[in-house]
Amino acid sequence: MSEFRYGGDATKKRPGPGAGGLKVWHEYVFTFDNPKGPHEEFWQHTLGCRQWFKLKRNTATNEILGGGA
Amino acid sequence: MARGYSIFSILKHALRPKQPWPEAWAKPEPKSSYDAIVIGGGGHGLATAYYLAKNHGLKNIAVLEKGHIGSGNVGRNTTIIRSNYMLGANTAFFEKSLKMWEGLSHELDFNCMVSHRGQITVGISPTQMDSFARRGNIMRLNGIDAELLDRQELEKELPYLDYSKSARYPIWGALHQPRAGTVRHDAVAWGYARAASQLGVHIIENCEVTGILKADNTVTGVETTRGRILSDKVGIAVAGHTSHVAKMAGLRLPVESHVLQAFVTEPVKPMVHHVVSWGAELFYLSQSDKGGMVFGGHIDGFNTYTQRGQFFKAKEVMECAVALMPFMSRMRLLRAWGGLVDMTPDGSPFICTTPIDGLYLNGGWCYQGFKATPASGFTFAHTMAKNEAHHLSAGFALDRLMKGKELDEHGVGNWTYKQ
Amino acid sequence: MSFRRLTSGGRLDRDKSVKFRFNGKRLKGLSGDTLASALLANDRLLVGRSFKYHRPRGIVGAGVEEPNALFTIGKDGTEQVNVIGTCLELTENLRAKSQNAWPALSFDLRAVNQLFAPIFGAGFYYKTFMGPRLKSWMFYEPHIRHAAGLGKTGTQGTAARHNTRNAFSDVLIIGSGPAGLAAALALAGTGVSVTLAEQDFELGGSILSSQNENLLAWREATLATLNRAENLRLLTRATVQGLFDGNQAIIAIGGTMVESLRARTIIFATGAVERPLVFDDNDLPGVMLASALRTYANRFALLPSKRCIIATNNDSAYETAFDLVTLGATVMIADERNGIAGELLAKSASLGVVVFAGSSIAAVAGKRRIEAVMLGGPHHVRLSCDLLGMSGGWSPLVHLTSQVGSKPQFNPSVQAFVPGPLATGHYVAGACNGSFGTLAAINTGQAQASAVLAALGKKAINKTDVPPLEADRGLAILPSVSPSKSRFAFVDFQNDVTAKDIAQARDEGYTNIEHLKRYTTLGMGTDQGKTSNINALAMLANLRDVPISQVGTTTFRPPFTPLTVGAIVGRSLGQHFRPTRRSPLHDWHEQNGATMIDAGLWKRAWYYNWAGKTPHEAYLKEMELVRHNVGLSDVSTLGKIDVQGKDAAEFLNRVYVNGFAKLAVGRARYGVMLNDDGLVLDDGTTSRISETKFYMTTTTAQAGEVMSWLEYLLQCHWPDLDVHVTSLTDEWGGMALSGPNARQVLERAFPEEDLSDSALPYMAVKDIEYEKVPIRILRLSFSGELGYEIHCPANFTQGLWEHVLKMGASAGLKPYGLEALASLRIEKGHVAGLELDHRNSLDDLGLGKMASSKKSFVGDTLRMREDMMAPERWSLVGLELLEPGKKLRGGAILFAAKDEIKGHGRGYITSVTWSTDLQIYVALGLYQGGLAHENEEIIAAFPLKNEKVRLRIVSPHFIDREGTRLNA
Repeated sequence: MSEFRYGGDATKKRPGPGAGGLKVWHEYVFTFDNPKGPHEEFWQHTLGCRQWFKLKRNTATNEILGGGA
Repeated sequence: MARGYSIFSILKHALRPKQPWPEAWAKPEPKSSYDAIVIGGGGHGLATAYYLAKNHGLKNIAVLEKGHIGSGNVGRNTTIIRSNYMLGANTAFFEKSLKMWEGLSHELDFNCMVSHRGQITVGISPTQMDSFARRGNIMRLNGIDAELLDRQELEKELPYLDYSKSARYPIWGALHQPRAGTVRHDAVAWGYARAASQLGVHIIENCEVTGILKADNTVTGVETTRGRILSDKVGIAVAGHTSHVAKMAGLRLPVESHVLQAFVTEPVKPMVHHVVSWGAELFYLSQSDKGGMVFGGHIDGFNTYTQRGQFFKAKEVMECAVALMPFMSRMRLLRAWGGLVDMTPDGSPFICTTPIDGLYLNGGWCYQGFKATPASGFTFAHTMAKNEAHHLSAGFALDRLMKGKELDEHGVGNWTYKQ
Repeated sequence: MSFRRLTSGGRLDRDKSVKFRFNGKRLKGLSGDTLASALLANDRLLVGRSFKYHRPRGIVGAGVEEPNALFTIGKDGTEQVNVIGTCLELTENLRAKSQNAWPALSFDLRAVNQLFAPIFGAGFYYKTFMGPRLKSWMFYEPHIRHAAGLGKTGTQGTAARHNTRNAFSDVLIIGSGPAGLAAALALAGTGVSVTLAEQDFELGGSILSSQNENLLAWREATLATLNRAENLRLLTRATVQGLFDGNQAIIAIGGTMVESLRARTIIFATGAVERPLVFDDNDLPGVMLASALRTYANRFALLPSKRCIIATNNDSAYETAFDLVTLGATVMIADERNGIAGELLAKSASLGVVVFAGSSIAAVAGKRRIEAVMLGGPHHVRLSCDLLGMSGGWSPLVHLTSQVGSKPQFNPSVQAFVPGPLATGHYVAGACNGSFGTLAAINTGQAQASAVLAALGKKAINKTDVPPLEADRGLAILPSVSPSKSRFAFVDFQNDVTAKDIAQARDEGYTNIEHLKRYTTLGMGTDQGKTSNINALAMLANLRDVPISQVGTTTFRPPFTPLTVGAIVGRSLGQHFRPTRRSPLHDWHEQNGATMIDAGLWKRAWYYNWAGKTPHEAYLKEMELVRHNVGLSDVSTLGKIDVQGKDAAEFLNRVYVNGFAKLAVGRARYGVMLNDDGLVLDDGTTSRISETKFYMTTTTAQAGEVMSWLEYLLQCHWPDLDVHVTSLTDEWGGMALSGPNARQVLERAFPEEDLSDSALPYMAVKDIEYEKVPIRILRLSFSGELGYEIHCPANFTQGLWEHVLKMGASAGLKPYGLEALASLRIEKGHVAGLELDHRNSLDDLGLGKMASSKKSFVGDTLRMREDMMAPERWSLVGLELLEPGKKLRGGAILFAAKDEIKGHGRGYITSVTWSTDLQIYVALGLYQGGLAHENEEIIAAFPLKNEKVRLRIVSPHFIDREGTRLNA
């Protein structure tokens, strides 16, 4: 088991409660930019403080580029 | 059917050592245009080109490969073939693939070492045995071989599992598909390449596609590192890099790239005679003809393009190996490697047309790309030639998520990284 | 005898004789020996048979590069196969066996394979064994498999106790040769934490193979300083097997420990290994690496007995020749080069070493071991000899830098691949970087240590001691041209890949290095091509007529040397494979006759032995107890989440499909959650403790996922909501008291409380205190009977459980287990387990009416997708077996009565139980169109057991459809 868990692309904007139609939600839930390079993403410190946080990471090298905004 | 290999040709060359063997596949210069272009010289791309030439009479076909053929997942997987799928749109497709594997060495005149040694999935609870029963029943009802083994029957087949009280998860029984097995993975790429080349397909290595050309909403060709190549049919078969290539045509897809690790131990004399997988956690192992235990598990769990895995996941997979098969603790790991897989929200692939005319997509294979290779090439060739879905792959449409037709064979939910 | 053991010198303890066995024969070595050196001392040159041709093979190297000397170590059943003899320290009573020989090492029948070498060329298997029929491979494969494989393994697990640990270091130095030692010396006392990892059992690397007294003295002095320094950790027998992202080094230490070390910086001082030369029969025992002969002479006091020939294409082998001569051997050199440096020739002449310039090895002679060589080139002579040392140049060990993505680059001046551009924090020193020569190694080691200190923000150090040594000599290497027509000129010894195979693969178009490797199996042995890869690359470059840099290398992957799986796993095996979660009542269950069953990580009480002999009898008795009297069951494994904050009600309104905003304080409500995709995630009951505080329960299976999901929504997307969620799953235990007499028992248990129907109606919750223990009583029912859940802090749960059981004893209260619990819920039509499999919508589970239309909730948009609203979707039904005496089974496939029994059917059975109330088998299942087909007679097919039975579709609520029992 890993101490941290990945939680997906953090740049996606979650439609607010009641907002967004089928297309918007489809786009939000099912599609990905999936870039090769810098990627801002969610992680959770699952076996620790349980904090979800943003992380910038280069998906081509796995180099950590810093925390997210 | 391709021709030229046999014990007689080997003897001929042995007797006349001066006469060199011919190239397995030709290495032509790219032409300025083709009737159809397949991007990606992996198993699926090469198979697609072969069936385009063989079944659809296209004469002028190119496969464009950015590196060397077979450099992606066809040469990085754990070589398992099986058709134990229970959801409607999957079952017939994967059974077609397994049937095609049975005759593939003859079809390609290239020994792919298709070994129907059987796959056994070990169950760890009564509830899991019920879900195995559902799967097995569906297989039987679709003409696919399957049998349930109880614990005693399993112990006869696989005496080396941990049946002791100190096992963390008890063994309840198993689902067995006798026709499942393994294939020599590299041979699939080379065999399809050679057979396609014999049918006149141009296999162009070291030719990276850098752009997809469109006029309005119709494909007209591609830009490559070896120049512009025109065609009004372009198929994408670049698992691991699907998002990147599709983006050249302006498409954003339900695909995320993840690394899947695989492992092989030093070779030992035959010990494991089946493909064995486990219900406690995703884990699968078989012994190669050379003697190494080839095994793998779940993806690392976050998106990456690095083709190398993390140690924590390697350790988890090895823990599975030892927990299920204690003798594995004495085996020595020879090599660990990683392949990039296209993960999709429902764990199932795409073989389909796209919103762009003349652009076709084959990707999103998750863990199951290798076993699908023949049927994938067969149906994708149909889709590219006829601009329509083949009935066997009709469930693998791009709009299925929009329509609520997920094919979540594992029952995991809409997370790529949990599939 | 090819070698004789010198009576002095070497790094051996001559007073300590070590007994060992090789293929059953008792032999002796000395303390300080490796298995390989001890075998050579006993004149055991032949140690194995090759993979394909079963040719006799001897020891080639003296370190990790060894391709041939692989042994099975230990006793039958728990033996360890493929152990590298050149790295294995000789220990008392070691049992070693040679591998891949049948019937015996000295007489191997499969050596007949050699006769067929012309047809066994590259790609042999791909071109044949296809006929005569489809699936013919199934006939050939067992024979081929049987012939393959090196050692033999038994079915048992390891007897060794392996451990794992974590460590952190500012600097990791890999390798303790002159470069590594110099770096460590420079860092000694600087305050940065340093780990030095050396694969050998002695520190010193190449110094150990030297006879230079100045150098050996420098090593002693350096080690003395290092041993005193408090900031250094010196690890021997410690191989850095893999390097992973984030500078995580995986170090195998001494065979039973694997350390995961996070290092801020790494100095790679891994050195280089020598390459063989490729000529016909270069695999004959007695043909070894020149550097290995030097190591065996200087470190292990093993000198060639008669005459030794050194074949080389570079200057480095002269050092070996001079050392051997100095110790008293007779040495001749066959040098492929013309124009050999004058000083080398002069020194050779002065020491009596005959040098044949411009001479390569044309052929070797000998049966089981080398007897003579024939020189090619200007000197056509036959030289008898008992050993042949070869030097084809050196290959830096660039494995680790490459593992994390630095592509090796070709350096033509040394004809070798060196590390390419490095990641931040990585430094290379010595031979690993192509800086061959001891002085260069020491100097670069120091320089890199300075660079590391600068990077860590520390003050640079003064220059440290450098031993007085002769200036380094370049390799002056001449790239060798290998024969491509010879039958047995081996490139890869272990996998029997010859120069001819490479030429053939090239003819067939396998010209990419990865294709070549995979087609010929070059470099795929247990040595992973440490001696063979570069020779093959050079040969391929030559055949393709391109520079070697254009050919590139294959990918380097962990581990560096084969690593025991058990060592990686450590103690995470057997019961410790995964953590075991135990309910606070676990011990009670075990002490009171419960049979336990695994549920995810949990152990749960399945049924109790008091109830009956077989599991079947037991759970039926327990069901009857609940239906007709009262039972108590452990529900501590349910997910329990405390939800607090002023927006708690709004938050629950968003995550549940049904409304929670108006839930009154003191009341509970059943809720269902969806995923964003609109499919059901989980269900459970949530009660309102106060205006701002709720108590949520989830299923056992989804507890972790739901918790993480709630945190995700709150922290990542709805930070504006004032809500905090805390898991109480482990902190609180719970029990379900169910049955018509439940209230009677509850009132006896808590006589001070008003627990009447009016005070605590169905779906009400009440917090009480009993003997100062906070207790939460929820009037809920999973079974369909009058029921209460009683929750309390985990450390009081067993006391409470025993109290309730005692108070209920007179009423006949007994515990019931998971099987009865799950069966009771089937009769009541509650979904769980296989119905909640992430593939079903609210409507599929018959819960569509719960969805609120007055508010938005997670999944509300995507649940309306076209196919999810289709009337022909499979949805929840109850099923009654119509054929008495037959059995219903989970996983059966459902068909309409008129259907042909094939395909995917119209649904399937998820859960089955014998109904003690109805005295028939009942089941829950999903069926196309669902309850629109109520009362239809259908078929359940179970072809795996050739069964087919008739069923009737009924309401999934088999008992008490009106809910009178719940509300009693």
